[in-house]
Amino acid sequence: MTISRRDILKSLTATAAMASVLRVIPLEAAQLAHKMVRAEKAAAPAQAYTPKFFSAHAYQTLQSLCNSIFPSDDESKGAVEAGAPEFIDLLTSENKDYQVSLGGGLMWLDSTCIDRYEKPYLDCTADQRKEILDLIAYRKHGKKDPSLGQGIEFFSFLRKLTADGFFTSEIGIDYLGYIGNTYVQEFPGCPPVPET
Amino acid sequence: MQVKRTPKTYDVCIIGSGASGGTAAKVLTEGGLSVALLEAGPPVLPERDYKEHVWPYDLPHRGAGIGGRARQGLDDEFLAPNGAWEIEGEPYVSAPGSKFRWFRSRIVGGRTNHWGRIALRMAPVDFKVRSHDGMGDDWPISYDDVAPYYDKVESYIGVFGSKENIPSAPDGIFLPPPKPRCTETIIKKACDHLSILCIPSRLAILTTPHNGRAACHYCAQCGRGCITASNFSSSQVMIPPAEKTGRFTMITGAMARELVIAKDGKVTAVSYIDKATREERRVHARAFIVAASACESARLLLNSRSTLFPDGLANSSGVVGRNLMDTVGSDAGGYFPQLERMPAHNHDGVGGMHMYLPWWKFDRKNDFLRGYHTEFGGGRGMPGVGDYDDLCDYVEGYGASLKKECKKKYGTFIGFAGRGEMIPNENCYCEIDPHVVDQWGIPVLRFHWKWSDNEIKMAKDMQETYRAIVEAAGGVFLGGNKIDDAHPYGIADGGVIIHEVGTVRMGERPNTSALNGYCQSYDVKNLFVTDGASFVTNADKNPTLTIMALTWRACDYLLDQAKKGNLGA
Repeated sequence: MTISRRDILKSLTATAAMASVLRVIPLEAAQLAHKMVRAEKAAAPAQAYTPKFFSAHAYQTLQSLCNSIFPSDDESKGAVEAGAPEFIDLLTSENKDYQVSLGGGLMWLDSTCIDRYEKPYLDCTADQRKEILDLIAYRKHGKKDPSLGQGIEFFSFLRKLTADGFFTSEIGIDYLGYIGNTYVQEFPGCPPVPET
Repeated sequence: MQVKRTPKTYDVCIIGSGASGGTAAKVLTEGGLSVALLEAGPPVLPERDYKEHVWPYDLPHRGAGIGGRARQGLDDEFLAPNGAWEIEGEPYVSAPGSKFRWFRSRIVGGRTNHWGRIALRMAPVDFKVRSHDGMGDDWPISYDDVAPYYDKVESYIGVFGSKENIPSAPDGIFLPPPKPRCTETIIKKACDHLSILCIPSRLAILTTPHNGRAACHYCAQCGRGCITASNFSSSQVMIPPAEKTGRFTMITGAMARELVIAKDGKVTAVSYIDKATREERRVHARAFIVAASACESARLLLNSRSTLFPDGLANSSGVVGRNLMDTVGSDAGGYFPQLERMPAHNHDGVGGMHMYLPWWKFDRKNDFLRGYHTEFGGGRGMPGVGDYDDLCDYVEGYGASLKKECKKKYGTFIGFAGRGEMIPNENCYCEIDPHVVDQWGIPVLRFHWKWSDNEIKMAKDMQETYRAIVEAAGGVFLGGNKIDDAHPYGIADGGVIIHEVGTVRMGERPNTSALNGYCQSYDVKNLFVTDGASFVTNADKNPTLTIMALTWRACDYLLDQAKKGNLGA
């Protein structure tokens, strides 16, 4: 028998009106409903994302930076696959401060790359991109070269938002190995801590 | 504007539906009285409003809220609804030089929809502090007066815990506690080594089925509301039995503005703004229970000025708004390398700590008066927005190395939160701001706040204790606030711990207190203030359990009066 999402949502409302002891049933239904929504989303043909705030160029730069911060590796996919750029774009479209700090930060990066390498960030060689990221990824470089200060600030904030986007995704949560968000009859307590 | 009257006169009108108002609704309706309850917010519908079992990636904002509001500490997308530090159109003011933050919930159940469920009894000494150390005032009632009501509340709502026989933390009627998590076994061991008490916590969460409610299913999400009502909220545990009696009328979206006084000096009605229509209406009753939360209750009394009561209702003593207290809060944390080696496992448990540190230095002289308890938690919880801010700043860099470091450090941090007793002082109070009204035209509160030395010394002790525990457990201490920091020793701003109490206090004498030991106004006999406003002191015990016990006791008294034909007399 196949159950549709509508059936589950219907049972959810119906059961909820019954005695509170039975409310564990809507809980299971709710989980199943969420799962089905995700499956539906995943099955839908992938459409190109249209940024809500960033220009096409800025958004490409953002994607590139997100990918550099949490790249794919042998253990998991990275921040871009985890939807971090979409997440950051959504928040930025709603927050004027982010529009200044992130929008401005991306422009700072391009201007700085044009000064140094005569090209915007995306057109730089892999080595040039690495060179500038290595500079703005550490606070200590700001002490030696104060002209990097704004870039360091920008990158530090972007790193946090990228971490948010990555670690709140299904990919990121699996990567960390979080187990839970479910119902168990009895809490099992702490498993034996491995000997060193 | 036309003033609409509800012609019916109820036995009792309750203002507020949180821990206190909900308890009053249950006890009074089950006792046979007809009750109307005004709630400033909307009803709560668990199936619609609770985000239980939702993953961050099920939400477009991943829990960060619109524009990343949660990152600025303004709200949390996952929390049960309508609790907020700022409510649009309903401002409050901090006086120059004072920092006070006020968390308000406008919804049926109030702040019990997402509270921490920490349910601690006050100890006998907590009721008699002045007799003990000469500071502050004694309560007009003792532990023995309240104990039967702690029993009633715990038996009804369900609280887990363990019998420990510790003078500072009286035992209650407990359901079995859940097993400790890894983080808790590590801290327990260190505390044993340091002779610091560490015992199973006491939370209003069901570990066995109880009074028709299902047992906890250990998803750790109590703060989001609980669809199975396995934790306590007024909306799910107190309001339904009141509704069942058929004697209960709930009026939502009703912002109480003023208590109306009859010629005989009794309250005859409450005037409220119906938020949907912006019209003013009235509810008439024989007796009134004000339970709008400590500061909101004080605000209502202070705004109820009349020729008979020019300084506000029930305020001939001048104490309404005074003696405002919060809890002393200071936090620290630690990194525990041994947790890096833990295999992936379900660490969720109940929504809150399975163990805590009750006040343990009650048997010696300390640098400060009174005491504090310690809440702690951490480990492999559901990842959320902001969780990696500090680590990103610490590790810096980018790429595979940052990614691997984040994974390695996941679940290796434990945070400590000291929660201590503040002694009331003359610099901490709220009053009506002479210039500002909210969008309903109701004058708003202005807060004054200043910590005294006793609280700063207590915060210092908290920091030193957490350093000792972290180091004894083989961890690296993260904290170490100093006295000259913007927040000396990490002490939180007033109001931040959301334990504000004391603004309409009870007491032995009508000239220094507004209420008697039954939360009944000395000035206006058919008026009761049963929420945290009635507190004389703010022990290191989270106030909610005591609020419910005091309310139940006040309502038993009121029922007894009604039986004698004295309701409203």
